[in-house]
Amino acid sequence: MYPPRFRYEAPQTIDEAIQLLSEGGGDAKILAGGQSLIPLLKLRFASPPLLVDINEIPGLDHLDFAADGSIRIGALCRHAALERSEELRVRQPTMAAAAGLVADPIVRNRGTFVGSLCHADPQGDWAAVMVALGGSLVAQGPNGRRSIPVKDLVHGPFQNALTHNEIGVEATVPAPQGTPLGGYLKLERRIGDFATVAVAASVDIEGGAVSRAGIGLVAVGSKTMDASDAAASLVGGPLTPESISSAADLAAEVAKPRSDHRGSADYKKHIVRTFVTRILTRVSSSLEKAA
Amino acid sequence: MVLDELKIGGLGSSRRRVEDDRFIRGKGNYVDDIVLPGMLHMEILRSPVAHARIKKIDTTRAWDMPGVRLVLTGEMMAARNLAWMPTLSYDTQAVLATDKVRFQGQEVACVVADDPYIAKDAIEAIDVEYEVLPAIVSPEQALAPEAPLIRDDKANQQDNVIFDWEVGDKAGTDAAFARADVVSKIEMHYPRSHPSPIETCGSIADFDRATEKLTVYMTSQAPHIIRAAVALVAELPEHMIRIVSPDIGGGFGNKVPVYPGYVASILASILLERPVKWIEDKTSNLMSTGFGRDVYLQGEMALRADGKILAVRMHTDSDHGAFFSDAQPSKFKIGLMHSTFACYDIPTAHLTAKGVYTNKAPGGVAYRCSFRVTEAMYFQERMVQAAADDLGMDQAEFRRRNFVRDDDFPHRTAFGFLTDSGQYGKCLDVGLEAIGYEDFLKEKEEAAKRGKLLGIGISTMTEPLGAGNSREYDILGIKMFDSAELRVHMTGKAILRTGAKTQGQGHETTWGQIVAHELGIPAEDVLVEEGDTDTAPFGMGTYASRSTPVAGAAVSMVARKIRAKARKLAAHLLEASEEDIEWELGRFHLRGDPSRGVTIQECAMAAYSNLPDGLEPGLENVAYYDPPNLTWPFACYIATVEVDPGTGVWDVLRVVAVDDCGVRINPMIVEGQIMGGLTEAYAMANMQFITFDEEGNCIGGNYMDYLLPTAWETPGFELHEVVTPCPHHPIGAKGIGECATVGGPAAFVNAVMDALKGHDVRNIDMPLLPDRVYKAMTERTDVSGAPPLRME
Repeated sequence: MYPPRFRYEAPQTIDEAIQLLSEGGGDAKILAGGQSLIPLLKLRFASPPLLVDINEIPGLDHLDFAADGSIRIGALCRHAALERSEELRVRQPTMAAAAGLVADPIVRNRGTFVGSLCHADPQGDWAAVMVALGGSLVAQGPNGRRSIPVKDLVHGPFQNALTHNEIGVEATVPAPQGTPLGGYLKLERRIGDFATVAVAASVDIEGGAVSRAGIGLVAVGSKTMDASDAAASLVGGPLTPESISSAADLAAEVAKPRSDHRGSADYKKHIVRTFVTRILTRVSSSLEKAA
Repeated sequence: MVLDELKIGGLGSSRRRVEDDRFIRGKGNYVDDIVLPGMLHMEILRSPVAHARIKKIDTTRAWDMPGVRLVLTGEMMAARNLAWMPTLSYDTQAVLATDKVRFQGQEVACVVADDPYIAKDAIEAIDVEYEVLPAIVSPEQALAPEAPLIRDDKANQQDNVIFDWEVGDKAGTDAAFARADVVSKIEMHYPRSHPSPIETCGSIADFDRATEKLTVYMTSQAPHIIRAAVALVAELPEHMIRIVSPDIGGGFGNKVPVYPGYVASILASILLERPVKWIEDKTSNLMSTGFGRDVYLQGEMALRADGKILAVRMHTDSDHGAFFSDAQPSKFKIGLMHSTFACYDIPTAHLTAKGVYTNKAPGGVAYRCSFRVTEAMYFQERMVQAAADDLGMDQAEFRRRNFVRDDDFPHRTAFGFLTDSGQYGKCLDVGLEAIGYEDFLKEKEEAAKRGKLLGIGISTMTEPLGAGNSREYDILGIKMFDSAELRVHMTGKAILRTGAKTQGQGHETTWGQIVAHELGIPAEDVLVEEGDTDTAPFGMGTYASRSTPVAGAAVSMVARKIRAKARKLAAHLLEASEEDIEWELGRFHLRGDPSRGVTIQECAMAAYSNLPDGLEPGLENVAYYDPPNLTWPFACYIATVEVDPGTGVWDVLRVVAVDDCGVRINPMIVEGQIMGGLTEAYAMANMQFITFDEEGNCIGGNYMDYLLPTAWETPGFELHEVVTPCPHHPIGAKGIGECATVGGPAAFVNAVMDALKGHDVRNIDMPLLPDRVYKAMTERTDVSGAPPLRME
């Protein structure tokens, strides 16, 4: 690959990294897993004069599960660590369902969860999962840390809410309000292809009723779509064919896909409806089986 | 004790591939691995638009960049009469655009610099002003009365038509249609795909002013053709041109044409008197070099109620892009499209073919096929399935009723080919039994009751592989024979060179096996070398599955010449007359006394040390082989699928392949070829295409959009064989490299269409993307994949 010339720095601490980003004045880019950045450099779609490689900074690769069920994911935690985590499978089925579907195994070995959120690609998998779970990104800048809900993180395609000298240091998933259930379904032309459409749907179940729900949609708009009305319609009652069907319709309404070589807009809306239905129906039958 | 042929790596031995040792260790020597002293790097500026007049090219900023040695434009090429070059199909192609750009990705200017980074930077510093013109992206648009003229550079070109060609018996075909009980019609598009070798194209041109010799290291499947082309285009003496194809990282037809980058790098080296390296990036390869397919079919079959095919009528419109640059045998404008229906006994047929220019990259190369045979067999097997459906007949039975029978050879096809052998019925039966045809039909019926959509698709075909014979096959007048040269050293070790060029096919392994079979010299004692025009005998290169049928036959023939001379040496050593000498593998012995003999190695030593009077020293020879006919391998591919009615996604359940390529030289390599071909067939049916939007933007110019299948989604394949030796090939072998790519796609598509039976759908164009299948299923309509694609 023959990218344009750039300066490369690999700081040892977060503070040094923030300092370098400040110097870069908005033109610097953070290099974590590099699975999106390197192709952009190769294709010369991006030509940042400064790359700040954060891989040398210790203490950022954690995947921590708290007793209350909340989860913390460090900036250098790779997709593969999530995919291989037994505990994730037990604690957070929606995330576990997505972990094996992000890109391909090669990308998963290197790419990072937090990097995927910050990259703000409307075709990214994790942002939709985090929208469905009500997760947040913890950003650290010269003035300290702040937490940004992922649904507010993404402004548009490849545009996030971070200032030029903030680093996404950690992602957090809140504790579930009951038994966390859900799933992730992705339609892709080939393993490793970007999603034609993907849906993350998460429901917490307490006493047979939905206590909390979230639905995030991938590749059906200029950013990760939050089907919040669809999710809200589920809360308070049990999952029934009627409630599922109505939520699926509401989710499809939120989808604003475009026709392209992956499929027509109408088809993609149909897939949103189908996937919401399939995930929630599967949850509902697992509940019936358990009961 | 007779030598065991398998133990010396002869015919039928699955010996491990000799070349893999270096490939697996990363020690291959590809063009980009070659570094010459003082070498410079070239990069090409490509057009961002599909059709535009060039108003102005300003290279000032690029020239001013440190490290830039040369900026080439079309104007500079024109001053040397090199702005245009002849193609392999009697057309012309722009080397660097002067007047207009005619496709997105066309070569506009070149920069030669000290390193590739500077060259890339300098490309971005060339300012080109374009006046954008309307783009044409399909034959329908190209043939419209008001269509803009793409090739206004050609004096006598009034429209966008390249050729109007026909073959067969029109009157006889019309008459047969008039008396048909049923006429079955279908239309479809075989989409543009790309051979996409992992190694892109590239060259290092090294012109030495002191010796006046030009050496070009390049990625060519046919180095001798390139030498001839360079001699003609650059007007350099042929003996002062040396083309070297080192290790080639896949060709698949993509590395047959002559590309502007080769020519520009040669001129740059001549001007700068330094070696100039040009290596394409992947996007350039996908956007600008020889694609495959992009052909539209209108097909009709005249049928008798009992299932007999009376006649076939076909019309194709082929989209060749901006220049007619694909290599075809010069007699046949749409390649061997008329080999279609060769396995069926059809009384009469007629094919018309129109080729058109569009604002798309040039090509239409034989992507892992023998000149349009892939399209021919796909159309054939899709038409056959539609016809069986129209008659309400079982698709296997319909095929069986129309096959050419085993005792009917040689058979002249309705389009004039001569097939010489085959057991088509047996091949189909082996396939049906392997898949469990009857059981699957029951399972399918049961599944339908539970709302599941299962389908089974069959594709049977015979295809012409191994062009020529030279009476009928030539490229630019050069006859399509091939050659082999064998030198046996005094210790019995040997070097073999051929006019073919391996690109992954395994010649270094299999040629040695043929020598082992003919001479009893262990395969491991034979070094195989190809691709250097200064050392290899003249040949037409490797494509169209012609290596084994033509160059492989030459290997046999040259070995037999060696054996004939060795017999004289043996007679001398055994003090007997030649008539009293008998051959067994690797050894001559006295007739009636097998204990008295000499080995081939002893004969080799004698050739250099102990000669009879009057016999020329040495043990080497060359053979030029002109095959009497094409070889006709045949196959039956069967796929079963399940379609998800909610999404249109289809999964492959099983794939059975039955191939007859005659005698198998190395069964492992044959199986590898079949599996590779089936993988490509699956990709074409399932995911792969290059399309264009209304403005002529190429959709599919990178590996994010143009999908290569990986081990993760590619289904498993169950391989079976039938063996019918080729009657005219010296060892009974036939081509095999391309059969599965050619015959495979229809099996997958037929399977999906079978699953959708009852949904009033006749055709979905490849690739059968889920949204196309879903639309066809729910709207009960055919789905066309023809460009332009609507992109929002």
